[in-house]
Amino acid sequence: MLNRQGRPTGTGEAATSGAGTFTGNRALLQEEALLFETGRLDATGVDIDEPAPFVSRLGGLERKTPLALPGLSEPEAMRHYVRLSQKNYGIDTGLFPLGSCTMKHNPRLNEKMARLPGIGDIHPLQPVSTVQGALALMEMLGHWLTTLTGMAAVALSPKAGAHGELCGMMAIKAAIAARGEAAQRTVVVVPDSAHGTNPATAALIGFTVRAVPAREDGTVDPEAVKAVLGPDVAAIMLTNPNTCGLFERDVVAIADAVHAAGAYFYCDGANFNAIVDKARPGDLGVDAMHINLHKTFSTPHGGGGPGAGPVVLSDRLAAFAPVPFVRRSGDGLALVEVDGDGEAAQSFGRMTAFHGQMGMFVRAMSYMLSHGSDGLRQASEDAVLNANYVRAGLADLMSQPFGDKPCMHEALFDDTWLKGTGVTTLDFAKAMIDEGYHPMTVYFPLVAHGAMLVEPTESESKASLDLFVATLRDLALAVKAGDTERFTAAPRLAPRRRLDETKAARSPVLRWTPPEPIRDAAE
Amino acid sequence: MAETRYTKDHEYIRIEGDTGTVGITDYAQQQLGDVVFVELPQVGKTIGKGAEAAVVESVKAASEVYAPVGGEVVEVNSELEGAPATVNEDPKGRGWFLKLRVTDASELQGLMTEDQYNDFVANL
Amino acid sequence: MRYLPLTDTERADMLARIGVGSIDALFVDIPEKHRLADLVDLPRRKTELEVERAIGRMAAANVSAGSVPFFVGAGAYKHHVPASVDHLIQRSEFLTSYTPYQPEIAQGTLQYLFEFQTQVAALTGMEVANASMYDGSTGCGEAVLMAHRVTRRRKAVLSGGLHPHYADVVRTLSAMAGDDVVALEPDVSAAEDLIQAIDGTVSCVVVQTPDVFGNLRDLRAVADACHANGALLIAVFTEAVSLGLVEPPGAMGADIVVGEGQSIGNALSFGGPYVGLFATRSKYVRQMPGRLCGETVDADGNRGFVLTLSTREQHIRRDKATSNICTNSGLCSLAFTIHMSLLGQAGLTRLARVNHANAVRLADMLDGVPGVTVLNWVFFNEFTVRLPRPAADVVEDLARRGILGGVPVSRLLPGAGLDDLLLVASTEVNTDEDRAALVAGLREVL
Repeated sequence: MLNRQGRPTGTGEAATSGAGTFTGNRALLQEEALLFETGRLDATGVDIDEPAPFVSRLGGLERKTPLALPGLSEPEAMRHYVRLSQKNYGIDTGLFPLGSCTMKHNPRLNEKMARLPGIGDIHPLQPVSTVQGALALMEMLGHWLTTLTGMAAVALSPKAGAHGELCGMMAIKAAIAARGEAAQRTVVVVPDSAHGTNPATAALIGFTVRAVPAREDGTVDPEAVKAVLGPDVAAIMLTNPNTCGLFERDVVAIADAVHAAGAYFYCDGANFNAIVDKARPGDLGVDAMHINLHKTFSTPHGGGGPGAGPVVLSDRLAAFAPVPFVRRSGDGLALVEVDGDGEAAQSFGRMTAFHGQMGMFVRAMSYMLSHGSDGLRQASEDAVLNANYVRAGLADLMSQPFGDKPCMHEALFDDTWLKGTGVTTLDFAKAMIDEGYHPMTVYFPLVAHGAMLVEPTESESKASLDLFVATLRDLALAVKAGDTERFTAAPRLAPRRRLDETKAARSPVLRWTPPEPIRDAAE
Repeated sequence: MAETRYTKDHEYIRIEGDTGTVGITDYAQQQLGDVVFVELPQVGKTIGKGAEAAVVESVKAASEVYAPVGGEVVEVNSELEGAPATVNEDPKGRGWFLKLRVTDASELQGLMTEDQYNDFVANL
Repeated sequence: MRYLPLTDTERADMLARIGVGSIDALFVDIPEKHRLADLVDLPRRKTELEVERAIGRMAAANVSAGSVPFFVGAGAYKHHVPASVDHLIQRSEFLTSYTPYQPEIAQGTLQYLFEFQTQVAALTGMEVANASMYDGSTGCGEAVLMAHRVTRRRKAVLSGGLHPHYADVVRTLSAMAGDDVVALEPDVSAAEDLIQAIDGTVSCVVVQTPDVFGNLRDLRAVADACHANGALLIAVFTEAVSLGLVEPPGAMGADIVVGEGQSIGNALSFGGPYVGLFATRSKYVRQMPGRLCGETVDADGNRGFVLTLSTREQHIRRDKATSNICTNSGLCSLAFTIHMSLLGQAGLTRLARVNHANAVRLADMLDGVPGVTVLNWVFFNEFTVRLPRPAADVVEDLARRGILGGVPVSRLLPGAGLDDLLLVASTEVNTDEDRAALVAGLREVL
C-alpha cells in the first residue's frame, strides 16, 4: 500500500546566502557552538567543596569509565542558553497558529504558583499529613474537570495526552474484562481523521484497529459507524471537536449506537478548548476523555513537554480508574495508592510512579481560578470567534476541503488552490516564517490533501489577526501571481534555512563525538 | 525467461524459474521520495500472497510492501541496509528487496503485465 | 478578563465580518438540547491577587522539603538547583515554544536536545539516548515493550529491588498487552538469584541500581546470563546523580538503560513533571520509543538539527508505531541539560561524592541509635534501616517534630511484612544539624 503522507524533505531550491560576516553572526542573531566544543573537562559553574575524608561504601563499583562531559562557568552557560533561546519561536514571540496544538497565552502567574515552596518543593512520598494542601489542590482540580465535562470521576495521574488516552482505553479494557468479554471484544473503531496517537494507543494494549471513513462534510456518519460495529467492538475513539475543526454534530447518535452495541465511547479531548462551558461531554454520551492541560488550560508546551493528561470517566468506568487517587478521610484527605482492594478493588492498576504532574495541576488550577466559569466560556467563544474571523478573511483566496461554513476553534484549508502553481503547502508554510509567523499545522489531518490547520486561539487581539490575515492574503496573491521563488527558497531569514531531513535519517548522527585528533590526545 | 508482473500497490515480481524477485516500481519510489530505510524479512520465512513482506521508509512516511504472491523468502537484498538510496536510483535493478520461492504459480494470474501496469499508473 | 484581548466592540465587528448575528450561530453544530444556557456551577473569575491567595493557602498547608531536616527519597531526590537553571528555562522562547516541527525556527530546542542526548549517553555509558520520556517509571514500561520487540519474546523478569511503582507500571502495561511478568520478591539485601530466572523464553531482565533499598548492584553476571539466553538487560536508576560516581550500566553490559532524571535540574514538585532518561545501543535505535534529534545541514550547508527517524512514531506509523508517546519532557530535559552543563564532569563527580559522604556519615550515626539497624552497607546516597516498631508510625512521630525522616517501606509495599523498614536518603542539602536532628528525633520517638 503506497502511503502518500509524505512531503518534501530536501533543502528546497535555495541559492546560497551566507551572512557575509567574519563570525557568521548577524547582529542579534549569534551562531552558537555545541557546549562540547566550548566547555572544558575541568570547568564548572557550580561550586561544591570536596567532602571531609570518609570511608567509601560503593563496594568496588566506583566509576572507571571516563565521563568526558565538559562544564561551563555560569556566565558561559547563560550566554549559551540565551543564544539558543533566540533561535526559537514561542507564543510570546508572535502568533503561533499551530492547529490542534492550542498555543494560547501562558500566564506567568501560573509559573509563580508552581514555584511556591509548598508546591514545588514537596516530595511525593512525604507523610500525607504534611501535604494536605497538595491533596486539596488535586481534589479541587478534579472537581473543576468533572464539573466542566459532566463526568463522574477523574484520573489525574496520566502524564500527557497520549498517556491519558492509554488510561482511558485501559479502563475500557478492564471494564470489558470485568464483563467477561475480553476475548470477544478486541476491535477499536477509529476514524481516518484521528490523531496518530489513537490507533497507536489501541494497538499498544492489544486491540485491532478498524477504520471508519469521514463523510463528505468532514464529520463521521453514524450510519458508517453502525456498519462497522459488532459484538467484537470494544470502543470507538472519536475526537470532538474533530481534527478538521468541526463539531461532530451526530455525536449523540454515534454514542447511542456504540452503547447499543455494548461498546464504550472514548473521546479524544485534544480540542476540548473549543467547548469548555458551552457543552459537557458527559451529556453527549462520552465514557472517557483525556484533557490536555497544556492545550485547554494553558500549561506551557515547553518545546515539547511536559504535558499532563487527566482523564474523566463516566460512572460506568469510574471503578476501573488507576491508582493513585485522592479521597476524603475523616476531616482530612488521603491518597489511595495501591490497587486490589477497598475502593480500588477494580482499579486497573498504576500508570506512573507517584501521583501525576503536580506542577501542571497547579498551573491549570491557577488558569481556571483566574478565568472562573464566566471567563472559561468567554475563552471558548473567543477561540471560535478568532478562528472563524481568520477563515472568513481567507475564504476567497484559499480552499476549504469541506466547504465555506463555520468552524470551531480552528480553520482547515487544503492545497487545491495551490494546484499548478509550483508552490506546495510546505513552501507556503516556510514563507510564513520569513514573514515572522510560526506556520500553521501542515499535512494534518490526513483527510485533507496538503492540509493547513489554523488555530489562532483566544489569546490573539483583533489587530494581530488583521495583520495575520493581511499577510496570508499577500502571500496567497503572490502564489497566484507566480512569485514562486518567495516560497520555494523560503525561509531565507530564519536562523537556519531548510534542513536536509533525508541526510539526517539516512545516516543518523544522534550525539556529538569528539573530532579524531582530540580523541587521540585524550587516550 | 524472465517475465515481470505488477500489483496495484506498486510492487513488481520478476519471475525466473520458480523464483520471484520482489521490489517496488519506479512510480512508487517517486511517490515515496527519498528512501531512508528498508526493513527486510528473515530468510526462510514463508509469506502468504498479499501479506506484509517488507517496510520501506522515507523521511515522513512508512509503507508496507506486500508479497505479490505467496512463497518462502530465499534471499534478501542486504545491501539496502547501508544504501537505501539504491531503491530510488535503480528500483528494478540493484534496488530489489527480496527473492521468493513461489509456492503457487497460479497466483501470478491476477497480476498486471507491464503494459497493464503502465496504463494503470497513467490513469492515477 | 485579563488574558482575553478582544473587546465587546471588536467581537461585534468580527461577528459582522464573519456574517453571523451572534456567537451562538458558530456553535449550532452542538445539539441544541446539550448546549449549556447557564454557566456551569463553578466560581466566577478572580484577580491575580485573589488567585495567589487561594493557591497560597493550599501551598502553605504543606511542609516543604527546604524548611525541615529532610531525608525522603525512594525515587525522587531533593537537590540544590542553581538559580540560573530556573531563570533560563523560563525564557519565553523555551517556555512557550512547541515541539520543533519547524526546525528552521526551533534550532534552540533542537540543539539542546542534541546536547541532552549526548550527555545522557555519556552518563549511562550507552551509544544513543532519546530526547526523554515522561519519567523514569513510564520509561521503564516502554523499555520492556522495546525489549519484547527486539527479542520477539513477551516475558519480562523484574528484580525484587526494582522500585515498586516502576514494577506496577510494567505489570499494568503487560497485563493489558497480554505479556508475561515474573516479579521476584522484594529484596532488601540484594541476595536474589536473578540468573536462575533467565531462560530462552525471557525477553528481558529489569534490574535497578542503586535499587529501591539503596543497594548498588554489580550487573555484569546478570548481563552475561541475559546475553547467553538471547535476552536483554534493562538497567534502571532513580537517582541520576549516582552516575557521577558509580560505574555506568552501559559499562556493565546493559542493553537498555532507563531512569529518572529529576535529580539533576528539576524540583520535587510532588512527583511531577519529571524527566525520563532512555539510552540503548545503536543497533536497537529503530526499536527505541520517543523523539530523537539528529544532526544535518541546511540549504546553505550550515550545521543544523532536526527531529529524525520519526517513522517509528505514532503520527506516521499509527497502529504500528513503537509507542504512542507524542511529547517528550521538553522543559524538564532543558533543566537537566543546563544543570548538567553547569556541573560538568568535575562538578558532577564532586556533587556525587558529597552525596555519598553525607549518606555514609548518616548511616554510621543511625547505626549507633538504640533499636536502629542499618541493613545494607553498599549504597550511594540512600539505605534501609530496621526499626523496632512500624516505620510509618515513626515517620509520623518525626513529622510532628518537624523532621521528614524517610519513606516507610510499607508505603510502597503494604502487606509485604516489611513494616519495620525505613528508607533514608541523604543528599548535599543535609547539614550536620539536620543529621543531628534526625538522630535526636529517633532517640526520642523510639
